[in-house]
Amino acid sequence: MDLELSETLQQTVDKLSENFPDGFIGVYQSTGDTFVQIEGDSIVEVCKYLKNQLHYIYLNDIFGIDRFTSEGRFEVAYHLISLRERERLFLKVRLPEQDPVLESVTDIWKSASWMEREVYDMFGVTFTNHPDFRRIFMPEDYEYFPMRKEFPLLGIPGSIELPSSTPDTE
Amino acid sequence: MEKKHLTKQVDPKFFKEHQEKLYQALEDKHTTIEMMDQEDPLNSKMVLNMGPQHPATHGVLRLVLQLNGELIEKAKLDIGYLHRGVEKIAENKTYQEFMPYTDRMDYLSPYSNNVALCTAVEKIANVEVPERAHYIRMIGCELARISSHLLWLGTMIMDAGAVSFFIWTFREREKLYDIFDNIGGHRFTISHARIGGVANDLTDDALRMIKEFVNDFPQELKDFHGLLDRNRIFFDRNREVGKLTPERALEIGATGPTLRASGYAYDIRDFAPYARYDEVDFEIPTRLEGDNLARYYVRMEEMQESIRIIEQCLDKLPKGPVRTNNAKQAYPSKDEVYYSMEGMIHDFMMTDTGICPPEGAESYHAVEGPKGELGYYIQSDGTGHPWRLKINSPSFKNLQALEDMLDGEMVADTVVIIGGVDPVMGEADK
Repeated sequence: MDLELSETLQQTVDKLSENFPDGFIGVYQSTGDTFVQIEGDSIVEVCKYLKNQLHYIYLNDIFGIDRFTSEGRFEVAYHLISLRERERLFLKVRLPEQDPVLESVTDIWKSASWMEREVYDMFGVTFTNHPDFRRIFMPEDYEYFPMRKEFPLLGIPGSIELPSSTPDTE
Repeated sequence: MEKKHLTKQVDPKFFKEHQEKLYQALEDKHTTIEMMDQEDPLNSKMVLNMGPQHPATHGVLRLVLQLNGELIEKAKLDIGYLHRGVEKIAENKTYQEFMPYTDRMDYLSPYSNNVALCTAVEKIANVEVPERAHYIRMIGCELARISSHLLWLGTMIMDAGAVSFFIWTFREREKLYDIFDNIGGHRFTISHARIGGVANDLTDDALRMIKEFVNDFPQELKDFHGLLDRNRIFFDRNREVGKLTPERALEIGATGPTLRASGYAYDIRDFAPYARYDEVDFEIPTRLEGDNLARYYVRMEEMQESIRIIEQCLDKLPKGPVRTNNAKQAYPSKDEVYYSMEGMIHDFMMTDTGICPPEGAESYHAVEGPKGELGYYIQSDGTGHPWRLKINSPSFKNLQALEDMLDGEMVADTVVIIGGVDPVMGEADK
């Protein structure tokens, strides 16, 4: 697929692939947004480099994606913004279904704290080196990760039964 | 003497594990400071639970504050009391079906939320929007911004001690509600935007009311300024309170007026213009102080700019259709639905399957909501339902800044600082 990267984004991608030959997997574009895929092990180094060298100083969001039934089930996306170059960049990391663990980037951007907690709360991705690692929306006693695809929209398995939706057929 | 442990002092009754972890987190925050603390002979330390049902927390926000006398040593926020799982709901609905849920996210400015979702879907599905619809959306968004900022103004000043102000700003909001009623048929949750345009054109009545409002509102704003700008009590309550330096604001991820009051002119309308914001002329108000007073000035000036934008939109408002005429992308007009067979089939198809973006497409699109950058990340699997829809909500990020901001403030200033940050829990908790 041909990429239509702006000059600054092209430079960013070039520098990333140059400096992180092991961590850099690839880059793709979709409807005008640029996504850079990297290995989970190198997330902290790549983020540090992007913030300190390439001026991506604003972390806009971190969110999880469940690629249910695909290899490398969970995906964590980092949404970075360079205010100087006025560019957006998405970093994506794929994680295995069993025991998804990532290193926290809270040391680089403090704002990552709540965002990572949200990813954990909704998808069960664990972040190491996080200063305050708890659930954020759901109570701590909650056993499920509701944004995973196998979690039902209605009724938790093993919980109280739902009222019958077809009362006549009982 | 053995150090008293918070977790041993409290005996939570509900969600035991959750409460214990929350108190533990409070105890663990800034552990270096904790170590320097000696025993507390005067017993001036206490833990104060504020909320979730507290009138000044603007919803169901819970703050756990550790106080030393009147000083907040450290604070933890507990959110999620209004978590309804809208992202999960979105995965099981068509894009258009999900739109009314966005009204209930930031319920103080429903119009911007509708537009945010619709523009995001239009971006991923490549839908052309008629020129007139863009301008109608801009008018709606700016009216919503004024409405949201008016509520902020009323409640923030009520938090600072002046109750009557609330009534005055609500008088103005009432006019806005009437306008929205005339635009889309609903006062509160408008759901006026549609994928591919808007639901219906502005009526003459609505246009007249908007013009009237745009005409009268600057004078009201001036009166508000006159009451507050030289008001000693208001100044003393807000100056140097809840200070957020530029570096810290960016570091902690503040957005919207909170970030702009700390010196960064980051506004999506300028950063990545959507609709027709690149064709109108407006300023981005910024301040350097980063305290509550700066946030007040930024929001007041934003209302002024909104009026300017609406005026320009009314001048430029082109004639033409308000929704794209492609039956695969948008609902057909009601005239078509009632009087033609194709129209009815298309209407049924749109309701049943909805718009299907290409398989594997991903996109992020943001608008500048009243609270800050409101973005929707959508990942499509080629069906009418999104595979993943992530809402980047400004209140969530601003609340994180609030947690950081509260450390070292006075307990009496808490409500004013919350008011200044202006969070909406419906949006923060999703």
